[in-house]
Amino acid sequence: MKWEVVIGLETHAQLSTASKIFSSASTAFGAAPNTQACAVDIALPGVLPVLNKGAVERAIRFGLAVGARIHPRSVFARKNYFYPDLPKGYQISQYEQPIVQGGSLSIMVGETEKIIQLTRAHLEEDAGKSLHEEFNSATGIDLNRAGTPLLEIVTEPDLRSSAEAVSYAKALHALVRWIDICDGNMQEGSFRCDANVSVRPLGTTTLGTRCEIKNLNSFRFLERAIDFEVRRQIELIEEGGRVIQETRLYDPQKDETRSMRSKEDAHDYRYFPDPDLLPIAIDEKTVASVRATLPELPQAKKARFINDYGISAYDAAMLTTSRDVADYFEGAASGSDAKTVKLCANWVAGPIHARLNEDNLSIVESRVSHSQLRQLVLRVTDGTVSGKMAHEVFNALWAEGSLEALSVDRIIQSQGLQQISDTGAIEKIVDEVLATQAQQVKDYRAGKQKAFNALVGQVMKATRGKANPQEVNDCLKRRLDA
Amino acid sequence: MLHASLKTLSQGLASGKYSSVELTQYFLRRIEQLNPTLNSFITVDAQKSLAQASAADAQRAQGRAQPLTGIPIAQKDIFCAKDWLTTCGSKMLSQFISPYDAHVIERFNSAGAVNLGKTNMDEFAMGSSNETSFFGPVRNPWDTERVPGGSSGGSACAVAAGLAPAATGTDTGGSIRQPAAFTGICGLKPTYGLVSRYGMIAFASSLDQGGPMGNSAEDLAMLMPVMAGFDARDSTSLDRPVEDYERDLAKPLSGLRIGLPKEFFAQGTSPEVLNAIEQSIVEYQKLGASIVEVSLPNMALSVPVYYVLAPAEASSNLSRYDGVRYGHRSAQYQTLSELYENSRAEGFGAEVKRRILIGAYVLSHGYYDAYYLRAQKLRRLIAQDFTDAFAHCDVLMGPTSPSTAFKLGEKSNDPVQMYLSDIYTIAVNLAGLPGMSIPCGLDKQGLPIGLQIIGNYFREAQMLNVAHQYQLATDWHQRRSPHFGEALTS
Repeated sequence: MKWEVVIGLETHAQLSTASKIFSSASTAFGAAPNTQACAVDIALPGVLPVLNKGAVERAIRFGLAVGARIHPRSVFARKNYFYPDLPKGYQISQYEQPIVQGGSLSIMVGETEKIIQLTRAHLEEDAGKSLHEEFNSATGIDLNRAGTPLLEIVTEPDLRSSAEAVSYAKALHALVRWIDICDGNMQEGSFRCDANVSVRPLGTTTLGTRCEIKNLNSFRFLERAIDFEVRRQIELIEEGGRVIQETRLYDPQKDETRSMRSKEDAHDYRYFPDPDLLPIAIDEKTVASVRATLPELPQAKKARFINDYGISAYDAAMLTTSRDVADYFEGAASGSDAKTVKLCANWVAGPIHARLNEDNLSIVESRVSHSQLRQLVLRVTDGTVSGKMAHEVFNALWAEGSLEALSVDRIIQSQGLQQISDTGAIEKIVDEVLATQAQQVKDYRAGKQKAFNALVGQVMKATRGKANPQEVNDCLKRRLDA
Repeated sequence: MLHASLKTLSQGLASGKYSSVELTQYFLRRIEQLNPTLNSFITVDAQKSLAQASAADAQRAQGRAQPLTGIPIAQKDIFCAKDWLTTCGSKMLSQFISPYDAHVIERFNSAGAVNLGKTNMDEFAMGSSNETSFFGPVRNPWDTERVPGGSSGGSACAVAAGLAPAATGTDTGGSIRQPAAFTGICGLKPTYGLVSRYGMIAFASSLDQGGPMGNSAEDLAMLMPVMAGFDARDSTSLDRPVEDYERDLAKPLSGLRIGLPKEFFAQGTSPEVLNAIEQSIVEYQKLGASIVEVSLPNMALSVPVYYVLAPAEASSNLSRYDGVRYGHRSAQYQTLSELYENSRAEGFGAEVKRRILIGAYVLSHGYYDAYYLRAQKLRRLIAQDFTDAFAHCDVLMGPTSPSTAFKLGEKSNDPVQMYLSDIYTIAVNLAGLPGMSIPCGLDKQGLPIGLQIIGNYFREAQMLNVAHQYQLATDWHQRRSPHFGEALTS
């Protein structure tokens, strides 16, 4: 039987506020345990939560960026359960009335675009951390993270493979950073996914029983956990078994998911509206003022790049993976002709992307600035350097890291990397080469095209790659066919 | 000094008749003598109180005295006070020393008042008799075999027996007004949101409200500006300027329209109580007020609605007492579940457990709509009844409690009977309205009877005027138990 995979993702994006969602304690990562937990975070008797408006503003930004409805009135609810790293014995979240409803996100599946519908996004607080090591069989509790603002973003069950899930997660990850609401740091837990996975016979429409895999904090784990879970469910059903609704954990060491708790022992969270907090009221004016601060969104920018610069959809997608990449590209390419723009796009998507990865740098840390790139491409189009030699200039720029546009010409000069386009100079070298390569000349005249290429190679070698290839070609032809 | 008004004490301090240290020592001495009998205070710390008193004296010497500077105030043990044991009447917090001040405590401190000690109360303010306190019941000064009411029983007793000139209380379903009525003093529960709940240990967040308890309406009017006021740390605190609550005290009552809700004069209320209320209404008519019959048709639902909503909120509010970070932790546990179960089983008393169970039940899956949601809807209807009634009158009046103080143990095995003793006070909390109780008579056994005055939102100043004019014409508020007079003090 053929199976269809159905996946919905719930993503927790940590919002980039300086202080917590209901207290004034800092959200900075990496402080000594329990040094960033104030009276409210440790839930002393008598303390009360006060909503951080910055978290609301960020939720609105997200809602607008995905074309969702921003509810004029949304409500915080208490999710009640006992756990040592949950100081109040309840998590403040949103249940029946979330701040953001609906919306969608466009993802690329291979070369085609797919729209993923979002169910909702709601505000909530993070719990603390239980530390099971280094306490001699006891458990340590670090409440620094308790009360950190989260936006939980929930999709419809629209994803059909682990690849789609990863593509969605990456697009969402790019978006939350694009609109500056989350730093996206996955190692520090700022962006993590829960995947709801089920399978059904291809062609059927009823959903299969789902399992939820919790806390996937890398794209690779997300992909592997889903792949394992899909195989497990299909095998189970094909062997006559039945999937049980449960929460599972992915173990990256063993590359498998295992049961955490089944539906039978699922908590009854006893949600109810938090009487300590007023409903969040958002008027049109607030929405408008947040909208005014939104940057050009990835989809719009992509469309504009295609339109204004005449680059392909593929390149445009590549250049809008983040705002920094797009800004870098535009810094290098804006105001140039089509050929220059195309070259800039190729450089950003190609060599620059590769070197950044190699050196583990982000684009803002690039050792070649966008103005250097602009200058370098200009020197290619005006014929000063050959496309090939441009790579040598690039390598020299990268090694130097000076970031000044002027250094492009300096390097070309000092390292003598200018292209030789002078016909007289090229003719002289060609004649010298032909004089030493009698056999190749004979072969060419006997009809062997390969010999021509070898002669071109010899000329290029003699000029250390600096000769203008077109000129070399023309000159050789003139001499040989004469 | 005994049962003197705050104004008299303030003048005594201002004229140098006595210092704050002397005044504080006077009340500390009365506490020392009488508290073993009355059990009104959980914590007394003479050193701390006297240090505050001498600071107040120094402030006065520098000419920086405010109206309450140097006056000792008893604080209900539900208010967190920095470096003070703050127990909320529970074994769970019997060792908890607060690292911070509640908003109300901060305000009294900056007003120059002296914290005279922390008063006894029903555990987590759950009770109407002060019998659920881990620290033992408070005795009613009028008859020590009787309860002082609850949950602010320790504060009520302290004022009634002259252990403190005034006290703070909190009122979730009548916890200021009912003990005020049972002990023959005055107590005011302000409009919800007027007094910050920051640092006031939560029982039911949407109903809890702090307020003053004292010898007279005039005293309450002096305490209100200290207790009320916006606090950004409480999201339900109302951002409005602090009023002068004394401004209308002297206003004559001619033209005042008093609404008498017929549901407040129902069967089951003691005829002696009803008679005293009727007498006070006659007095008000003499003062120029007119009477309007009104109705609160959904009144009868207030007790069941309350006993869904308050336990629901409480069950969640009390989850933080898990033995993990502070508070009682059982010595007996192997697993995490045992740590929770044993710490909570040992740390909470029977009434608290009962309410946590009720609350968890009404919020649980499959019952939420039938109980919690329905109760919320009815709550709105109850509030609407009051709005309708206030279209025809300025204040509502009726009994505070259907009976006078009952005997210790009389209702402690019958929770429903106990809950019904708050039948006239609960609806006010559900509507978020201000309510007060003032003494208006004694029954045949010589026990005080309380008249409840309910005002419209933010009409505290008017209610205090209404109470004060009555107190100018009558002396019920000056009656005190014959058993704890001045003779004992020397």
